[in-house]
Amino acid sequence: MAKEELHTKIKSEGLSLFYGQKQALRDISIPMYANKVTAFIGPSGCGKSTYLRTLNRMNDLIEGVKITGKTFIDGIDVYSSGVNVVNLRKRVGMVFQKSNPFPKSIYDNIAYGPRLNGIKSKAELDVIVERSLVGAALWNEAKDRLHDSALALSGGQQQRLCIARAIAVNPEILLMDEPCSALDPISTTKIEELIYELKSTYTIVIVTHNMQQAARVSDYTAFFYLGELVEYDLTRTLFTNPEKKQTEDYITGRFG
Amino acid sequence: MSTTKKAIIGFFALRIPLIFTLLIVAVIVVIIGNFLIVGGGHISWEFLTTEPRNMNTEGGIFPAIYGTVLLVLIMTLAAVPVGTITAIYLTEYARQNSWLARTIRFAVNTLAGVPSIVFGLFGLGFFIQTVGAQIDRVNWNQTMSTFHASLETRQSPVAGGKIATIDEVQKYLESSKEYDWKEQISSLSTFPRGTDARVNDDIVMRFMDDKVSLKWGKPGLIWAAFTLALLTLPVVIVSVEESLKTVPKDIRAASLALGATKWETIRKVVIPNSITGILTGSILAIGRGAGEVAPILFTGAVYSLQGLPSSLSDQFMHLGYHLYILSTQSPDVDAVRPLQYATTLVLLALTLALNFTAILLRSHIRRRQITS
Repeated sequence: MAKEELHTKIKSEGLSLFYGQKQALRDISIPMYANKVTAFIGPSGCGKSTYLRTLNRMNDLIEGVKITGKTFIDGIDVYSSGVNVVNLRKRVGMVFQKSNPFPKSIYDNIAYGPRLNGIKSKAELDVIVERSLVGAALWNEAKDRLHDSALALSGGQQQRLCIARAIAVNPEILLMDEPCSALDPISTTKIEELIYELKSTYTIVIVTHNMQQAARVSDYTAFFYLGELVEYDLTRTLFTNPEKKQTEDYITGRFG
Repeated sequence: MSTTKKAIIGFFALRIPLIFTLLIVAVIVVIIGNFLIVGGGHISWEFLTTEPRNMNTEGGIFPAIYGTVLLVLIMTLAAVPVGTITAIYLTEYARQNSWLARTIRFAVNTLAGVPSIVFGLFGLGFFIQTVGAQIDRVNWNQTMSTFHASLETRQSPVAGGKIATIDEVQKYLESSKEYDWKEQISSLSTFPRGTDARVNDDIVMRFMDDKVSLKWGKPGLIWAAFTLALLTLPVVIVSVEESLKTVPKDIRAASLALGATKWETIRKVVIPNSITGILTGSILAIGRGAGEVAPILFTGAVYSLQGLPSSLSDQFMHLGYHLYILSTQSPDVDAVRPLQYATTLVLLALTLALNFTAILLRSHIRRRQITS
């Protein structure tokens, strides 16, 4: 794996984030590679989700957040003044912890993003909906009920629908914030298989509480603790031969 | 405490609330039943579709029904969009503790506590005597200046201060295709006798200027509707705000994460998901507005009318006001009593029907949302 040529897709340099007076992220510097899955692990409140949200600037929505340092996507600082947040979010899709389909039909959920981009033709939308559902491994289950409410789907199906919705706008990067934390083991397996398939097309960053999951799906793993990036390495190396004692303690279950 | 005592307390503790509840139901049943029995017999097709006759002691109440429905519709068209937009601003755009948001909230709450008669006086002073009068003044000045320009043209018989007969002036104005002088010409033909039949344009102008016609600067349907809209605005704002707040944060986040702008998110996610709340706001506004009489006393309601209102500036009859007139201004109390009951019944039925339509609409939309 080390011989493979890596293309750096996302890179943070000295990124810190403050909620008012409280510092939530301390001086994070990390590169993430294209077409790889990078997992963030760490105990609750360690800042891994907060960091994930800086990548598509979802933290902008919270009042009183201040960010210093830089985050580059394809070499462009996403917090520089010339960057349009709306366009950034079209390139950096996101799947949330709790599945959050719109109370609309399955079809309309997926067509939402493409329609925002001005695609109106039914034929074109049909193609996108099918491609996205196939891509999210939901086509077989949903093809006969495209116009039923998305809320009638099961939890696991809803989460795959959210993935389908996110990939419908052709993002380059997919952020996943604990996408399986509310799902049963079978649905979790399906999503993990999906992540494995999606990485050939997208750069995936996933936050997870579940260390086995990180070990199963990711190529690289970052361990966050108290707002700091403690260790970052190939997943195999981090789990078998961690450099820092804190990491070892966490992955062996001694705390957290 | 002995067991019997406990049993007695238990017996009453359960039944007293029930008795009070039944009492409320009984009051409603008595009120509606009373109106149904006494007034129900008087309701007929004729009563609903004809005008009052013989000093309101005979005939129907159609103009009052028509006026009330029209008034409520215009009021809803005014109050619901304004209230909805205000609520959207307050919940979605304004920073929650900014002085502007707090000022607006304070104003809305204060507005909700103002007695309705004060709204009526405000409507008279603001809409009619200020806004309406100003519109009339501007319109009239325009009419007079075109009129004057027309009299000064070479073709005009009174051009250049020459003397002409009223007949000649009239004929000239009728031949002018450019302006619709009908009203003015008919005024001219009522030129007082005894005036010299030969006039110059100063005299014509002076005469016309005295004929200032009031159109908007007098009580009328639109001003009454606007006054009522002000009264119902707080109801709309508060209920729409509440319903906007119930739209879950995570759906908003989903929309924004897909690259939607804030306005796209509001338009495509927030409003469709709170449309039932917006309709509830309209229901409450309609319910409140249809029954209010005080705000329209000075702003447009009349107790008798020739024909139906055909323009927004026309005055109108109103069921609530008509009821007041029937009860207080009648020459024959006994003859009017069944009419009073029947009118009340119609007013109640109309308010309930308006509410009911909105409720049906709401449940229809809600059902469609869940299944689609």
